[in-house]
Amino acid sequence: MSEMDMSYVRTEMLPEQEPPRSQTGAAKWLRENLFSGWINTILTILSLAFIALVLHEFLPWIFDSTWNANSLSECREIAPGACWAVIKERWPQLLYGFYPEELRWRVNLSFVLMLVAIAPVLFTGVPRKLLWFTAAFPVLGYWLLWGGSLWGPLMALAGFGVGAGVYAAIRPVNNLAALIAGPLAVVIWWLAAAGPVAGLLAGGVPLMLEPVPSSKFGGFSLSIIIGVTGIAFSLPLGILLALGRQSNLFIVKAICVGFIEFIRGVPLITLLFVASVLLNYFLPPGTSFDIILRVVIMVTLFASAYMAEVVRGGLAALPRGQYEAADALGLDYWKAQRLIIMPQALKISIPNIVSTFIGLFKDTTLVSIIGLLDPLGLSTAIRADTNWNGIVWELYGFIALMFFIFCYSMSRYSQYLERKLQTGHR
Amino acid sequence: MTAITDPPKETFRLSMLLYDTRYRSLTIQVIALICFMLVIAWLVDNAATNLAALGKPLSFGFLGEIAGYDINQRLIEYNSQMTHGRAALVGILNTLLVALLGCITATIIGVFAGVLRLSNNWIVARIMSVYVEGFRNVPVLLWIVAIFAVVSETLPAPRAFRGDDATAHMLINDSVALTNRGFYIPKPIFESGSMIVVLTFILSIVGIVFFRKWAKARQEATGEIMPVGWISLAIFFLPTLFMFYIMGRPIVLEYPELAGFNFKGGIHMRNSLIALWLALSLYTGAFIAETVRSGIQAVSKGQTEAAGALGLRGPRIMRLVVLPQAMRVIIPPMISQYLNLTKNSSLAIAVGYMDATGTLGGITLNQTGREMECVLLLMLFYLITSLAISAVMNWYNAAVKLKER
Repeated sequence: MSEMDMSYVRTEMLPEQEPPRSQTGAAKWLRENLFSGWINTILTILSLAFIALVLHEFLPWIFDSTWNANSLSECREIAPGACWAVIKERWPQLLYGFYPEELRWRVNLSFVLMLVAIAPVLFTGVPRKLLWFTAAFPVLGYWLLWGGSLWGPLMALAGFGVGAGVYAAIRPVNNLAALIAGPLAVVIWWLAAAGPVAGLLAGGVPLMLEPVPSSKFGGFSLSIIIGVTGIAFSLPLGILLALGRQSNLFIVKAICVGFIEFIRGVPLITLLFVASVLLNYFLPPGTSFDIILRVVIMVTLFASAYMAEVVRGGLAALPRGQYEAADALGLDYWKAQRLIIMPQALKISIPNIVSTFIGLFKDTTLVSIIGLLDPLGLSTAIRADTNWNGIVWELYGFIALMFFIFCYSMSRYSQYLERKLQTGHR
Repeated sequence: MTAITDPPKETFRLSMLLYDTRYRSLTIQVIALICFMLVIAWLVDNAATNLAALGKPLSFGFLGEIAGYDINQRLIEYNSQMTHGRAALVGILNTLLVALLGCITATIIGVFAGVLRLSNNWIVARIMSVYVEGFRNVPVLLWIVAIFAVVSETLPAPRAFRGDDATAHMLINDSVALTNRGFYIPKPIFESGSMIVVLTFILSIVGIVFFRKWAKARQEATGEIMPVGWISLAIFFLPTLFMFYIMGRPIVLEYPELAGFNFKGGIHMRNSLIALWLALSLYTGAFIAETVRSGIQAVSKGQTEAAGALGLRGPRIMRLVVLPQAMRVIIPPMISQYLNLTKNSSLAIAVGYMDATGTLGGITLNQTGREMECVLLLMLFYLITSLAISAVMNWYNAAVKLKER
């Protein structure tokens, strides 16, 4: 029977058809992303119009510009667009402030050394031995920037070594005595011994650099000095405050909560007023110390209160079981914090820690209000100069761009760190 | 045979204060308290000694003295013959004004930018990313100073509006003038009878609230859904407009007009206020945009899908399912952004806007030399404001907290 031979099922595959033109490539992408409905189409057209307008205004301004002129009016004669000459003339000031020109290599060198010192903290690929350099950098950086004798700051640093030595020496005899004698030795060293010893050593080997007073500091180097010091000290202080706030010791907790809430409740500018006009009132009559140091102290205290809240958020997010497991392993409070709690809590709070850092770095501009010459303070001075009177976009654009580069790279780094420390199974 | 004996009586030894965990925490706290008190006492004693040596012991009497300086942007009556206390009050009201204006515009900008950043329109999402990253990564003080400079340097002077060959023109039907001395906008004048219109407006808002309650109860009882949105809109506008015309249009606008080389009439918003308001709104708006975006992303996709499976449609899914959950995530950080905005408004001093920092912490401080008192009062004011805003936040958090059993 012939019907038996007939097959109703196709035995070979048909060749695949091309997808419709509108479902592939650029056409599909355009349809889905730009013209997927009438609202979206309107939005797309509006945005394109906006971009066109911005480019139409800015491109001629940027390209029809001049770098060579001595004043704004001269600029306007040469080209109708941007007057970059102001940046060309003033960029050393915007970077270094009034730091003596022949000594600027010291600022550059300390900036490079700072990068070296930060590297082992930021990236795990860098040799760990460099951390010793990181610990020594504050002294070296201070010496390079402010000048004077190296022995002073070095002996101040040595105080910690003296304290550790005394503690280690007495500890076998009596734990309590060591706990008291260690810090006491540091204080005594700083108050009584550090100065004479430094003087004695300087008499032998005078490691002198020409001193530069704080009033000469300015520009982005000042912002970086305040920002980096504040960042370096606010994290440990913030962690301690967060632990204090979480602690079950009532008085410690009350002090920490009071401090954090007070600092978070007032604007930074009032604290800077304290630094500039009030701090000397709170010290014994006759003492007066450097304005940059005062500002750094206040900025650090300010940032540490915010940092404490960020770290507390991380601590709170940690499951209760982690604390109990640490207790079950028989770890004491500090060991548990160091080995189990903090690594996890800090990892959770990385994004917020970095945004606090970014906030701190941006807040360094506030020092212009109390008269320090950071880039913003300098911009006011430049605009008051008769040559550059009336310049706006170029100057502020340049400063904004510099801040943007710093802050944006910090936030990119935090994203990198988050990815690197990601241990979840997603 | 065993006899139950008392456990050996533990005698208290001094070393137990350190080694016995029962007493150790007490020891630490007492030491901490003593150190804390000592430090505070040392600081206070130093301050008292120093202030006494300078011949200005702590006293707030200066608040009653004649201030002798003018404040150009003010909400209440003030002249240079009034006291420092009054000047401080003017400053405080100015702070609250710019904070309120800033919060409103920042919220509007932030919500728009946050929602649009999630849009599936590629260009719009990119533009919003540029806005958010650009503003978040540049100091707010720079924005304030830069906007102030731009407004003062690039806008036309009032005299450019003058004559037949004027180089500048007023906007929006000759009602708004943007000049380098500030913005002039129309000012509403309330004539007799306007109270009734305002009252009607307030009553219609109360009416909307009651109508919505009633509509909800009715829907739950009968299942019928009313066009609540349209009816609310009608109640919002119609009675007030009706009253407005019945009473013979009692509220009129006074337009700014060129008189001589300057504008007269209308409301004059100075450059400093404009710069501060605009910069704070745009800056805080960028942060609020991020808050809104993360809040919406925090609602899992399953919620939307489940709502769809229940047969709800797009806008209703947003209103009934996604938004209530997103709000719980969005509102707390948004309120702390308001707090930041209020604190950042103290940067007004950089552009000469007379807020609390400009009066109390600026001119009054310099004129009277009472640094300690002025800064203390300033801190107290900001502290109270911050605590009030935090109290609102805590109240909200408690109200929307998931009720767990």
